[in-house]
Amino acid sequence: MSALLRATGVGKRFGGLSALGEVSFSIPQGAIYGLIGPNGAGKTTFFNLLTGIYTPDEGGFEFDGAPLPGAPHAVCARGIARTFQNIRLFASMTALENVMVGRHVRTRAGLFSAIFRPGSERAEERAIRARALELLDFVGIAHRAQEVSRHLSYGDQRRLEVARALATEPRLLALDEPAAGMNSTETAALGVLLQKIRAKGVTILLIEHDVKLVMGLCDRVAVLEYGRLIAEGPPEQVQHDPRVIEAYLGAEAGA
Amino acid sequence: MDIFLQQVINGLVQGSIYALVALGYTMVYGIIELVNFAHGEVVMVGALVSLSVIERLVSRGYTGWPLIVISVLVAIPTCIALGLGIERVAYRPLRRAPRLAPLISAIGVSIALQQIAALIWGRNYLHYPDILPKTQYLIGGAVISQVQVVILLSAAVLMAALWVLVQRTRLGRAMRATAQNPAVAGLMGVDVNRIIATTFVVGSALAAVAGTLIGAYYQVGNHTMGFLLGLKAFTAAVLGGIGSLGGAMAGGLLLGVIENLGAGYMGKLTDGAVGSNYSDVFAFLMLVLVLIFRPSGLLGERGVEKV
Repeated sequence: MSALLRATGVGKRFGGLSALGEVSFSIPQGAIYGLIGPNGAGKTTFFNLLTGIYTPDEGGFEFDGAPLPGAPHAVCARGIARTFQNIRLFASMTALENVMVGRHVRTRAGLFSAIFRPGSERAEERAIRARALELLDFVGIAHRAQEVSRHLSYGDQRRLEVARALATEPRLLALDEPAAGMNSTETAALGVLLQKIRAKGVTILLIEHDVKLVMGLCDRVAVLEYGRLIAEGPPEQVQHDPRVIEAYLGAEAGA
Repeated sequence: MDIFLQQVINGLVQGSIYALVALGYTMVYGIIELVNFAHGEVVMVGALVSLSVIERLVSRGYTGWPLIVISVLVAIPTCIALGLGIERVAYRPLRRAPRLAPLISAIGVSIALQQIAALIWGRNYLHYPDILPKTQYLIGGAVISQVQVVILLSAAVLMAALWVLVQRTRLGRAMRATAQNPAVAGLMGVDVNRIIATTFVVGSALAAVAGTLIGAYYQVGNHTMGFLLGLKAFTAAVLGGIGSLGGAMAGGLLLGVIENLGAGYMGKLTDGAVGSNYSDVFAFLMLVLVLIFRPSGLLGERGVEKV
């Protein structure tokens, strides 16, 4: 399998503090790839660097053979979409409208066509709506389409974030702790959803605390600790790496 | 003659102009939380550009509403270019600066535009040629002129169009998303800079129309006309709840009506001690009262769609 995303020596400092350093790994096309590590290890910082919120101080990313652009919307246009650790929906828009925003990057109509070509604008708008409804159905919340998103249940909000991200037609879907706050039934359902997404040809990068979910789902795993990559490989191999055991359980357990 | 009805009509006409201008304030505030104090000057430029076009063409035999249409078609692109330029030069570089910085930049732009306008059009009051029919219609004991009817209708059409644009189109959706959370909108593929620029385009186009209508209505203009008008429209936006489109429309109309009723009845109520020349006081009295009793404005409650 060829690499879809290649991180090469990625580093970021905040003030004098090095949040992330010398992080290199590759995500194969079509994989579910896990990024794990204790709190504060730099996982979300990595996501923010990847999606253009921060600019790396060192190193960089190659996506599908070419460097990633700097601006978030351009990164999204190249085919990387994400969800957030703390849900960030457009709270006063409906579920459907949230997903329709995700279609923005794959559609064209602007001020000019809205005023001078209302016919084509309306046709495109219908297509956006139809696709957004399909995606809501795909994640299983089509019946909540007209609900204002902040009124959705927590689990449905998480699903809505996934649908909105999928609406941008990503080749890489980056999920920041999608199982956070979910019970075991919901987490199992999430695992099924991720498999369904992968089956559609979307590569998945997953930050997750739920080790069981990660080990059961991911083809490969990278482990961060204090902003450094301490292990990388298939889950069963990483699981038995003494440095990983130490990072997760403390020095005594690893000894 | 029904004085009350007459003042209400006059107030709605004046208020619909306030509303058009207030929309420019509220859209920009909704999306980048900046009070664009230069917006009144964009209206002024719109009015004076229209006037120049009218003066140039009236001597060649053009007249009436077609001439107003031609003048607004010149004023709109001029104001759009101006609005885009202001955003690019004075606001965008300060996007991440403390909030006071772009505010001061806005005041600076406002002063600069007034002085540039004074260089182009001079410092005297300019009078518009009489090109519009003086037709008047009677409704229920009050009089409404053709100019007033056109102002009311064009403001209503523009506001309805804006509503559809914001609520029903791809662009409007991106504007609302950016207003709610610019960072997330960017990550979802919305080019935030472009959306902000488009917001200035829409606001400036409305300002151009408002400027032209003001010129047609009051038939007088000069380089300082944008200042008080801008302040009043800003008051209207705050009155309705800044950031809210419906609030700007309602606030504008309400302010116009209150001002005119105040002007119409003040002399009688105070036995001539305070006359209609105090009408401006009402606008700012309203602002003070709203800020004291309802700081979020009439429609400015949480959850109202902002842009």
